[in-house]
Amino acid sequence: MTTAVPTAVHVTAMHMSDGLVNAPTAAVFGLVAVVAVALAATRSRADLDDRTAPMAGLVTAFVFAVQMINFPILPGASGHLLGGALVAILVGPWVGTLCIAIVLVVQALLFADGGLTALGTNITNMAVVGVWVGYGVAVALRRVARRSRAGLLATAFVAAFLNTVVAALAFVVEYAVGGAGGASPGTVLVLMAGLHALIGIGEGVITAATVGAVASVRPDLIHLLRRGSTTSPTSPTGTASSAGAPARADEGSPA
Amino acid sequence: MGAGHSHPLHLPGTSPVHRLPAEVKIVAAFLGVVCVVLTPREAFAVFGGYLVVLAAVWAVARIPPGWMARRALIEAPFVVLAVLLPLTGPDPRVEWLGLSLSGPGLLGAWGILVKGTLGVLTSLTLAATTPLRDLLLGLQRLRAPAVVVTIATLMLRYADVIAAEARRMRLARLSRGHDPRFLWQVGATARGVGSLFVRSYERGERVHLAMLSRGWAGRMPLLSTERTTPRHWALGMAPVAVAAALVVTAWVTT
Repeated sequence: MTTAVPTAVHVTAMHMSDGLVNAPTAAVFGLVAVVAVALAATRSRADLDDRTAPMAGLVTAFVFAVQMINFPILPGASGHLLGGALVAILVGPWVGTLCIAIVLVVQALLFADGGLTALGTNITNMAVVGVWVGYGVAVALRRVARRSRAGLLATAFVAAFLNTVVAALAFVVEYAVGGAGGASPGTVLVLMAGLHALIGIGEGVITAATVGAVASVRPDLIHLLRRGSTTSPTSPTGTASSAGAPARADEGSPA
Repeated sequence: MGAGHSHPLHLPGTSPVHRLPAEVKIVAAFLGVVCVVLTPREAFAVFGGYLVVLAAVWAVARIPPGWMARRALIEAPFVVLAVLLPLTGPDPRVEWLGLSLSGPGLLGAWGILVKGTLGVLTSLTLAATTPLRDLLLGLQRLRAPAVVVTIATLMLRYADVIAAEARRMRLARLSRGHDPRFLWQVGATARGVGSLFVRSYERGERVHLAMLSRGWAGRMPLLSTERTTPRHWALGMAPVAVAAALVVTAWVTT
């Protein structure tokens, strides 16, 4: 079923459209999304005080730009990064949730990408479930990630893969609760799990390579590797000194 | 490479729709789509009514329907789901062009397609008539948390800069013979994403210092002092009222 994707297709994963789930379901997940974003806005101050909001803005702009970069999956089929696990590893789960949620809001309002009433389900799937699954997996494997570069890459891969698959499963749950179509949840489960396992491999490879690239230039920026990572400030002056990362800081950060 | 003052779906204009405050348009678009979603999918004619309402808004906003139609072809992955529903849905089956299609599946696919399309057209109408700055103002007035508005503002200001940087990196790779076709050839692209993150983050540090030196104290200045009047709301809610009447009609008739 996953081969139903025609050639030269661009796999834009998981931006749900309006009418895919019924109104009560959309409302419930809308509420979930509002609460999650409000909580993330409050809690992200631990990682990012009011004065350093510009950095979160630039990270969000980065996520936005990254979603425009296509990478090949097979000849004729390309996809783009969703970035949930990536931001969770790089800037932490609260800021990550906020970044992805803001990207989704802007995409819905300015780019007609994802329905307005589906914004709640989209934020729940990608900004909450996706980011937190990615972060949970990464934290569970933090010991491995700190040990070696290969461990860090493997952690990033697994986190991003599971992030993608579980976010797709969240969609299946929403569809089972309030799906507006005539398909059985079982069919949707097989379709979504299969398709997103493939997408998840791509997401995992890109995320691992990206985290690896950041680790070799600015390991201090990787939230996951910081000691006592949830309280460490992200002040622009203290970045170079707050190490706690594997000793792979090559010279030559790009000017 | 404009400095984030425009976006690709914006159609500049001075029509009453363009001049309406953004928060009114956001609420109106949202409520309009809520009406569409609440409509039973068997009420086929009512969906035509929504299209007429949208067409009327386009006429007032001087948006050519062709401009809309071209941009409505946004890739919709859930069309795949809509295509699969008639093939995999439950009985009773319907014969069509030699294919055995599921009746409920067809109805489900129709519902997803028509509601999704009307949703995209509504969002496009909002995007076409709302510049970036107004959108941020609208979010601010809709009481979005201050940190969200700040992050969104900076993100929209710098999205073009970062995207342009990504484009230049891609050009640089291509001009050095990079031509990835398979997932396992993706290393250079991914390392590019990594350095894009480092550059974005370091740019954020510089932007923060620049803002501090210009008196940034943690809050965005108020973006506008213009007031939204009840007249604006009445104007913006007029199409929503028609949509609400349509959804009530749909409930009564089906």
